[in-house]
Amino acid sequence: MAMTIDVRVVSAEGSIYAGVADMVVAPGEMGELGILPRHAPLLTGLRPGELRIIRGAETEYLFVNGGILEIQPDMVTVLADSAERATDIDEAKALAAKQAAEARMAGHTDQMEYAAAQAELLEQIARLKTVQRLREQGLLR
Amino acid sequence: MANAKEIRGQIKSVKNTRKITRAMEMVAASKMRRAQERMRAARPYAEKIREVLGHLAQAHPEYEHPLMQVRPIKKAGFLVVTTDRGLCGGLNVNVLRNVVQKVRELHEGGVESNLAVVGNKGLGFLRRHGAHLVAELNGLGDRPHLGDMIGPIRAMADAYAKGEVDVVYLVSSRFVNTMLQRATVEQLLPVEKPTASAEQRAELWDYIYEPEARPVLDRLMQRYVESVVYQAVIEHLACEQSARMVAMKSASDNAKRMVDDLQLAYNKARQAAITQEIAEISAGAAAV
Repeated sequence: MAMTIDVRVVSAEGSIYAGVADMVVAPGEMGELGILPRHAPLLTGLRPGELRIIRGAETEYLFVNGGILEIQPDMVTVLADSAERATDIDEAKALAAKQAAEARMAGHTDQMEYAAAQAELLEQIARLKTVQRLREQGLLR
Repeated sequence: MANAKEIRGQIKSVKNTRKITRAMEMVAASKMRRAQERMRAARPYAEKIREVLGHLAQAHPEYEHPLMQVRPIKKAGFLVVTTDRGLCGGLNVNVLRNVVQKVRELHEGGVESNLAVVGNKGLGFLRRHGAHLVAELNGLGDRPHLGDMIGPIRAMADAYAKGEVDVVYLVSSRFVNTMLQRATVEQLLPVEKPTASAEQRAELWDYIYEPEARPVLDRLMQRYVESVVYQAVIEHLACEQSARMVAMKSASDNAKRMVDDLQLAYNKARQAAITQEIAEISAGAAAV
């Protein structure tokens, strides 16, 4: 019996992905979550990272920058703060932003700014990691 | 009757004005299309988050979120969304009229109001009228990001959580269609609980929360409030552009009519002058 889950990825700026999948792997706050059909209802936060939507032999890679994940037995909803397809990531830009964030962290002791820079840094690191993984799997360039 | 030269000057100036209003109309038309697209793009998120909240109401969460608690109203907060620029017909006027009306109503009931304002136009008006402003935001531009709006949202949500205000209204315009925008007053906080049907309620279940219910729900509620406000601002932007387009279109039409009228007056004045000249010449010739 083939079982699938409905997957919806939306951000405030638009719908990113809608479809069915065999399995979804999401970067949960407490660690990576693998979601199969008939998962128990679950609600958790997301940290910046890679979201994998697996359907048969194909895998869709998305990058989500934090958000909320809702799981219903037949449905996964990702309310992303922002999201993009992994193949759309601009590596050079991410690298530059990462360095800028590092510089800001080094230069500032103000707590608010430090925290903001840290968050930015984590986001860019996660973004770069996603790109690297894609490359390792020969899915990119 | 004014002389021909004066009228010619008037025609010229009206024609120039018409060129400007025509240009603004076309700019507004193209911006409106983009604003509408953005408005539609933001809709899935708003729908989904409401859905999740609906599921949450069916479930039996262990605790009631502070932003959902209904309290007796002693002080009210407003989040007012207006445009940064004018020349968009009655859009801002309608919004501000609603604000004034509601504030007055509350005032008569002994409830004072705090206001947070988005947009220059509302800011100017409300400041002139001595409203109590707690947060303001302007210069959002044509493609606002959620991050830009956190300030006023935070100000209101925090005030609510701290009990400084007991209700928060969101006043903005709803986009009905290009010709029609409706100013609305909605209750933003406390968030009204989506009601679950009795049958849904009968199934006892709750989410697994990771790491815990509280932080997850905090985050969800925060996102929800933000998404509602974001949606309102985006929608208001689409309203602004279409209202401006309509206003500029009627201004252009009026200018056209005015030019026609002036042209007629000019022709009459010109003819009258010629007739008079001929009469003078022939009178002069007869006198010789």
